[in-house]
Amino acid sequence: MTTQTILPVDAARISELSQAGGEPVWLKDSRLKALELAAALELPKLEKTRLDRWNINNYGSHKAGASLASLAEAPSSVAALIAGQEEGSLVIQRNSGAVYTHLSPELAAQGVIFTDLATAAKEHGDLVQKHLHKAVLPDEHAIAALHAALWNGGVFLYVPKNVVIDTPLQAILLTDDAEATFVPHILIVADTNSSVTYVDNYVSDKTESGLHNGAVEVFVGAGAKVQYASVHQFGTDTTDITYRRAVVENDGTIEWIVGEMNYGDTASDTKSVLKGNGASSDAKVIAVGSGSQKLNYTTQAQHFGKNTPSDMITRAVMRESATSIINGVTKIEKGATRADGQQTEKVLMLSPKARGDANPILLIDEDDVTAGHAASVGQVNPEQIYYLMSRGISRHDAEKLIIYGFLAPVVSQIPLEGLRNQLQTLVERKLGQ
Amino acid sequence: MAAEFVIEGLKATIEGKEILKGINLQMKGGEIHAIMGPNGTGKSTLASALMGHPKYEVTEGTALLEGEDLLEMAVDERARAGLFLAMQYPSEISGVTNSDFLRSAINSRREEGKEISLIKFIRQMEAKMKELEMNPEFLHRYLNEGFSGGEKKRNEILQMMMLDPKIVILDEIDSGLDIDALKIVAEGVNAMRSPERGFLVITHYQRLLNYIKPDFVHVMMQGRIVKSGGPELAERLEAEGYEWVKEELGIEDETVGQEA
Repeated sequence: MTTQTILPVDAARISELSQAGGEPVWLKDSRLKALELAAALELPKLEKTRLDRWNINNYGSHKAGASLASLAEAPSSVAALIAGQEEGSLVIQRNSGAVYTHLSPELAAQGVIFTDLATAAKEHGDLVQKHLHKAVLPDEHAIAALHAALWNGGVFLYVPKNVVIDTPLQAILLTDDAEATFVPHILIVADTNSSVTYVDNYVSDKTESGLHNGAVEVFVGAGAKVQYASVHQFGTDTTDITYRRAVVENDGTIEWIVGEMNYGDTASDTKSVLKGNGASSDAKVIAVGSGSQKLNYTTQAQHFGKNTPSDMITRAVMRESATSIINGVTKIEKGATRADGQQTEKVLMLSPKARGDANPILLIDEDDVTAGHAASVGQVNPEQIYYLMSRGISRHDAEKLIIYGFLAPVVSQIPLEGLRNQLQTLVERKLGQ
Repeated sequence: MAAEFVIEGLKATIEGKEILKGINLQMKGGEIHAIMGPNGTGKSTLASALMGHPKYEVTEGTALLEGEDLLEMAVDERARAGLFLAMQYPSEISGVTNSDFLRSAINSRREEGKEISLIKFIRQMEAKMKELEMNPEFLHRYLNEGFSGGEKKRNEILQMMMLDPKIVILDEIDSGLDIDALKIVAEGVNAMRSPERGFLVITHYQRLLNYIKPDFVHVMMQGRIVKSGGPELAERLEAEGYEWVKEELGIEDETVGQEA
């Protein structure tokens, strides 16, 4: 069966927008080419998920937000996230474009670039062009192609060789106008032996249905270390499709920390390509599903380099009638000797209507490797609830303890205290507590 | 006021099968009652039914603690009303530390805004753990996870000490304990004896009763209390076994609810 992709925009409009935005010609061409691909490509095939039945066509139209003169003007929906960030390096996208960018002068002096991607494409064209769409390729499927044709705002972070940044850089990506196209692209380039932590938050504040078609590309240079933390907390009416991908060179390290706290349907794919020898990847995903959410979370590690360790952990709690498909794919290519790929997926279901599927997949084309997986799907044990209640703890609090206990092995490993607390709060909110 | 605990006509079933066939028992604060009996006579069912285990259905009867019927309450309300059950098989709960668990339990008895301070709680818990000769690291271990049988039992007694209940049921607290651990556990229980608190000690060995001296001893068979007496009854059971009781009462099979 072939489903014709309905294009939300035509080539003339893309050219017009590109021109109006003052984009370089290569970028306009890249968008037009991607649009052509989008017309020809199919939707991605997700395990046990019919994406074609999801609400994924609400691209809306381009609406640039007015720049904020200061953080005090930021919408209230993100106020809590930016509290105390006046000095910090921060990019805020609202709907189709950036409304605030700030890079601390110390980092700027070290040659760090941190701005919205649209601006970076104009000011640092070579650097952007060299990496844009090189990890998530537009020809993979219709979603990626449409993303490449339509991306807006976004974040560009470049960390020069040997620069080590201690304080996390942050971004907030907000959609609060259902009519506005919201397709942010995050591009991070960490040069040789650099080190950086980046944290972003995806937020919505609207009641009509909308779509986030997002892509994240991280290029980790030799010996570099990137810690990428992402928290998605879109409301019920936003469908979220996100592809995250890191390409890691020799002895580089990528660490993903993902909090899937959306209220709407979500498909995400977080993948590390361990290209260089000694490259390593660690991915931690925690998710809470509620209402009638349909969820499909994939983590992947692909090993090309020798001596490459990867570890992926997903823990998901499903309540009400949320449905989740959780996939872990460890792929070890021929020649990736002494690679070590580990993965664990666990789902805890809180109601009889909640569903969870854990699919660990190991694809190994090399003999000299170690790999392992563990997966489990289960309900809260009534004996445990009884035991806790027998000490006076209410059912509500007993469930809470058990759920946090389930998430604790991942949450406790999150190296950023602020993020850990934020996730804790979001988990509480999603659990209705 | 000394706790008064009155069980009347308690019947309970599991999966439709009646295990408790009308239990009557009266206890007052300061008293220690022992329930003895061979395996399969309904002793542990009595403990579980009183606490409100979801597997058991109470079909008749009342269990009044200071005039309030526990059987009308949810499990957590029973606990907050003053009932404590030291379980034979405590659950293991991963990711929840012993201290987080116990602090939640203590705070569940307090009003919002009047929670126990962390430092006060830790001091109390450490002091009680010392009494029970528990390694302080058990504070931060996940609840019962990887605990040995004896460690679990001590952890039950620790909870009892921290929660200060009015009526304590000890369900086979001696099973799986060596003699040293048994002594420590018994000392913990004896330290908790007070005119305000009653104990119901379930065991099928008299051994425990050498360390926790009961005031009253009840024998359970066929889902009922068939004989009651003073401490001398336990001693006779230890010396002569249960056969004489069966003969005296004309009981052939003392068990209840088991498939033939």
